[in-house]
Amino acid sequence: MKRERPQSFNTVPMKERMIIPRQDMPEQDAGIRSANFLEVNLGLTPEQAVVEAQRCIECKSPTCMDGCPVNIKIPDFIQLICKEDFVGAAQKIKEDNSLPAICGRVCPQETQCEEVCVMGKRFEPVAIGRLERFVADYAMQHGNGSQETFDKPASSGQKVAIVGSGPAGLAVASDLIKEGHEVTVFEALHEFGGVLVYGIPEFRLPKSILREEVATLEAMGVKFVKNFIVGRTMTIQELMANEGYDAVFLGLGAGLPRFMNIPGENLNGVYSANEFLTRSNLMRGYDFPEWDTPLYRAKHAIIVGGGNTAMDAVRTAKRLGADEASIVYRRSEEEMPARNEEIHHAKEEGIKFMNLVNPIEFISDDQGSVVAAKCLRMELGEPDESGRRRPVPMEGSEFVMDVDMVVIAVGNGSNPLISQTTPEIETNKWGNIVADEDGRTSMDGVFAGGDIVSGGATVILAMGAGRKSAVAINEYLKAKVGSQA
Amino acid sequence: MYKIIKAEFIASNVKSFILEAPHIAKKRKAGQFIILRVHDKGERIPITIADSNTEEGWINIIVQGLGKTSVHLNTLETGDYLQDLVGPLGLPTHIENWGTLVCMSGGVGTAEALPIAAAGKAAGNRVISIIGARNKDLIIAEEQMAEVVEEVRISTDDGSAGRHGLVTDVLQDLIDEGITPDMIVAIGPLPMMAAVSNQTKEIGIPTMVSLNAIMVDGTGMCGACRATVGGKTVFVCVDGPEFDGHQVDFKELGSRQKMYKKQEEESHKCFLERQMKKVKAEQLKEEVVS
Repeated sequence: MKRERPQSFNTVPMKERMIIPRQDMPEQDAGIRSANFLEVNLGLTPEQAVVEAQRCIECKSPTCMDGCPVNIKIPDFIQLICKEDFVGAAQKIKEDNSLPAICGRVCPQETQCEEVCVMGKRFEPVAIGRLERFVADYAMQHGNGSQETFDKPASSGQKVAIVGSGPAGLAVASDLIKEGHEVTVFEALHEFGGVLVYGIPEFRLPKSILREEVATLEAMGVKFVKNFIVGRTMTIQELMANEGYDAVFLGLGAGLPRFMNIPGENLNGVYSANEFLTRSNLMRGYDFPEWDTPLYRAKHAIIVGGGNTAMDAVRTAKRLGADEASIVYRRSEEEMPARNEEIHHAKEEGIKFMNLVNPIEFISDDQGSVVAAKCLRMELGEPDESGRRRPVPMEGSEFVMDVDMVVIAVGNGSNPLISQTTPEIETNKWGNIVADEDGRTSMDGVFAGGDIVSGGATVILAMGAGRKSAVAINEYLKAKVGSQA
Repeated sequence: MYKIIKAEFIASNVKSFILEAPHIAKKRKAGQFIILRVHDKGERIPITIADSNTEEGWINIIVQGLGKTSVHLNTLETGDYLQDLVGPLGLPTHIENWGTLVCMSGGVGTAEALPIAAAGKAAGNRVISIIGARNKDLIIAEEQMAEVVEEVRISTDDGSAGRHGLVTDVLQDLIDEGITPDMIVAIGPLPMMAAVSNQTKEIGIPTMVSLNAIMVDGTGMCGACRATVGGKTVFVCVDGPEFDGHQVDFKELGSRQKMYKKQEEESHKCFLERQMKKVKAEQLKEEVVS
């Protein structure tokens, strides 16, 4: 299907566009920010945003949209920025993505929209992520985009329960409230946002932004219930049979931290990334004792892993005052799953990278606290099933280094709570919920999406899965009404 | 916010709370726990549910003021509110008709052992309770326990009530009298559960313990509560809280419980200082008014 090209508001001649440099986003100085929890990136200025938007060469067949898991109308919103209609641009994004201020910050644009941007073939790609972030923040500060355009639809009379208030759940809530359904989001913790609140640090995604996005959904009519564990406080069956929910969406996330199963992993001072980040982010451990939840402030922290979570953890450890905070990763930097921006920021902040190193044991003092890590040096062998070259231990390379905190950031398994309490829902051998492309599970009326289905992935992929499920849930509810009529 | 329907001290430094929690009351089974936060900057702490009432929609918890959060909690009164309350968490106690069930409890653990003793009796067991405490003022729930079980035996460290000694001494007495338990449930401070497990391992009586670990979310997401049972790492919140006492690495769990001892002390001190300031400010206000 051919899309109609958006009206152009770009006044810069085509040839000149290509020589405009990609606009750098102002950020806190590395030396200052590595000692505080304030946001690192400060956002483009309006002038910068317009200049950046003018770099778009308005391709006849733009590829950027295909690079986006939720197919945001990127060419359209870029033209609105050229027109300086920033609120309009935010609204355009919100047609496809209910959380632009979040995605503008945490999406890996360099492997999505920006990777396929035609400008990027010869020059640098248009900074689509920075533009998204800019207009979302602008709209938040200057009246809320989605509330202004939202006409409350007629009630469908149907109720949907969304389990989990992370990115998948919020995306489903946003889509289904627009269809006139009664939508309730159930959250196990005492704050909404799932991984966005417990996992991603304040310096990368301020909690105020998240609260604002949740408040917008609330204003649209979504009900939010905290401290409610579906499976324990009430089962899925009870929600449907007793509470009148016609459909349920499970966006539980991949919440069961993996460990390495090596000696000393249960020593004091050894954390899962989930625990370390939850204590810091959700529980505000970095403000202890003003806030009650304690957190280790290490002198020499190592973080095992090479993903975005590992980067978040190591940068948090540094901000908590570590003299040395190091990444210990068994492959080389090339194989690191973390975003380039995160690796770059971490390096600027003085994070040490110990690549091709793998811990094999943690050593304790007589009090049961970790004081050292025994490691092996690795080299890369033949590619494994992930396509990356397999790390192989180098003979005789064992060494011991002093550490007083270890964070294990090697991924998450699936949470067993729902499978423990709802055996009707089929899970695979890793405990992930089995769902088809549209999120349908083996239980009628129950849908699932995000990390609980895919295993650990990204915010935007979870939102994409949520949006697909929302379409399927909507169809399911319509058919249900039809069959009852 | 979650209403405290009733709060009263039942022993020195031990307070009983009746909390409005209709959903939790309806679902909870013996052995399960809740997580609460006292105030908006508070930490999340797990507490075992001692009792509940489905019709009236409440649950009962018993709190011993030990660290900052429990001491703060114990300053709350009837009509006050908790910031957060969630549950029921953990797997319910596995109950069957073993024959003779001995429930051994120490400190506030007696309140937590009570629902298990009751469920054990309902399943057809002969149930005997052994309650241990440092002294007679710290014994709680003795009367309620007596209503449920065939016999209650007491031990105190100082001999101020019951047998002078430990719960393990009382168990030995029982065995010497010819009563052989088929199953033992031990709930209380870690050293007590470790001692019981050691004793019963030698004589070969299956023993279940209810572990109290440091937790954050309580739903398996963080792994703060991990313990080693039978050489494998478990998460107390979703795999427990009850485990085979003969398999538990009590030494490791003991040191994990002390992980934040220093921070706990600091936090407690800050809290007491804040409380003192409050009291002083109120005194000053009164002086100014008068």
